[in-house]
Amino acid sequence: MSELRALYQEVILDHNKHPNNFRKIENADREAEGYNPFCGDHYTLFLKLNEEVIEDISFIGSGCAISKASASVMTTVLKGKTKEEAGRLFETFHTLVTGHLNGSMDELGKLAVFSGVSEFPARVKCATLAWHTMQNALKSKEAKTTVTTE
Amino acid sequence: MLFDVERVRKDFPILNQRVHGNPLVYLDNAATSQKPRVVLEAMKRYYETVNSNVHRGVHYLSEQATADYEHARTKVQRFINAPHVHEVVFVRGTTEGINLVAQSYGRKNVEKGDEVLISGLEHHSNIVPWQILCDEKGARLRIVPINDSGEIVLEEYEKLLNNKTKIVSLGHVSNALGTVNPIKRMIATAHRFGIPVLIDGAQGVPHMKVDVQDLNADFYVFSGHKMFGPTGIGILYGKTEFLDAMPPFQGGGDMIKSVTFEKTVYNDLPYKFEAGTPNIEGAIGMGAAIDYLHEFDWNSVSAYEADLLSYATDSVSVVKKLRLVGTAAEKAGVLSFVIDGVHPHDVGTILDREGIAIRTGHHCAQPVMQRFGVPATARASFAFYNMKSEVDTLVKALYKVNEVFG
Repeated sequence: MSELRALYQEVILDHNKHPNNFRKIENADREAEGYNPFCGDHYTLFLKLNEEVIEDISFIGSGCAISKASASVMTTVLKGKTKEEAGRLFETFHTLVTGHLNGSMDELGKLAVFSGVSEFPARVKCATLAWHTMQNALKSKEAKTTVTTE
Repeated sequence: MLFDVERVRKDFPILNQRVHGNPLVYLDNAATSQKPRVVLEAMKRYYETVNSNVHRGVHYLSEQATADYEHARTKVQRFINAPHVHEVVFVRGTTEGINLVAQSYGRKNVEKGDEVLISGLEHHSNIVPWQILCDEKGARLRIVPINDSGEIVLEEYEKLLNNKTKIVSLGHVSNALGTVNPIKRMIATAHRFGIPVLIDGAQGVPHMKVDVQDLNADFYVFSGHKMFGPTGIGILYGKTEFLDAMPPFQGGGDMIKSVTFEKTVYNDLPYKFEAGTPNIEGAIGMGAAIDYLHEFDWNSVSAYEADLLSYATDSVSVVKKLRLVGTAAEKAGVLSFVIDGVHPHDVGTILDREGIAIRTGHHCAQPVMQRFGVPATARASFAFYNMKSEVDTLVKALYKVNEVFG
């Protein structure tokens, strides 16, 4: 049960029930779809950019608790960050959920609640779906993109 | 004769293990069943004593391998009561069997404006091959609707049959919901219109005695691995009149009588459809699985399974916020459900930690999920080696799901 509790921490369950930034952004600069056909997680991410800075970020859609909480926390953390900072945070987050994080959890801040995911390899894709979608949206020259994992 | 589950479980070595510290409760049988020791031993024996290519050598081992391979075919013939052994074609599995019929029978007989009829319950493997065919030919794929219990609406089925319908393809038992379709009746109805019927029996053969002559199925397709045999082997049964008239599916060795650069003469049935070196150990393993199944009195197996499913249905219904998806009057082996506010994947992870293996997701039947307005379900699927005590473990774990998710 302890590993389960580490995965399904209260913070994650709260974000799942009451996600932050769970809305559309009208006139978004980027709109990206993230889809995991293996489990049916399906989200749309909206980004409002000001040059290099993520001015606003939001999402809608449905999926498991891990994927939804991850999207919620990600949008909370990335608001106001630069594109480059977002990319770096994704790298750190990825090493965290895959169990490869060397060094301190300090820079992770709110993202640290996902440390339990590394004990559940089948759920890594759930935790990273929103991040992959975000990354794809930022890198793409198109306003609308789609990411499919699995 | 009373069915002795404890004794049966001893035949399946894999069941006796712990997962995450708990005894394994394997409830993912609709995905693949476990294999009894006799199947594993038959395949090992083949490689240790007989291994050789079939239908080729004049040497001892090749003759032996050919005899074993063909003997397995005879076992399959008896298993489904096919009139002739040449009507039993070894394929990779149900999926390949359906693709074979779609590509061979379908491409020859389906023209622009024609129709192919399937149901809203089908697995992707009984949808996509027909879609590919219909796209290529400019034909129309039509779907018989299902009701809120997950049963095919028979009145609609009759209405959809017409002189443009070139083939009907139906699942025997739904993998996603467990619905047992009234296929004997549905085949008879299609035959009144002169339309041949393919039955996807992947989920049928593990749960009931199948008699292709009694059903009067024109094609019946199933997989070895869902009926306690190995993966990578399956059966296409087809009536001679259809198989004879069908062009080959794949070209290669073994499916020919003679080859020149000008002309190739194809081999007789069933070899016309078995290009290349086949899955010899798979066929032998499947034959061993059939021998194993022959040891049982199927009336008592069916009664045991029906009792287990009804016990499971009653037991899970007391779990708060749980809703069954698929409540057909006739069901076999499957409990599909959702828990309000908890995604099936989270259910699956929590159950896994209790040692319980279930499937979560769309079960390769996305249209069924769409019909019930859910992205996915959790599915517990049973085999005759499952026990009521395992259902109790499942229910306890489902309480835990509600505990974690509050």
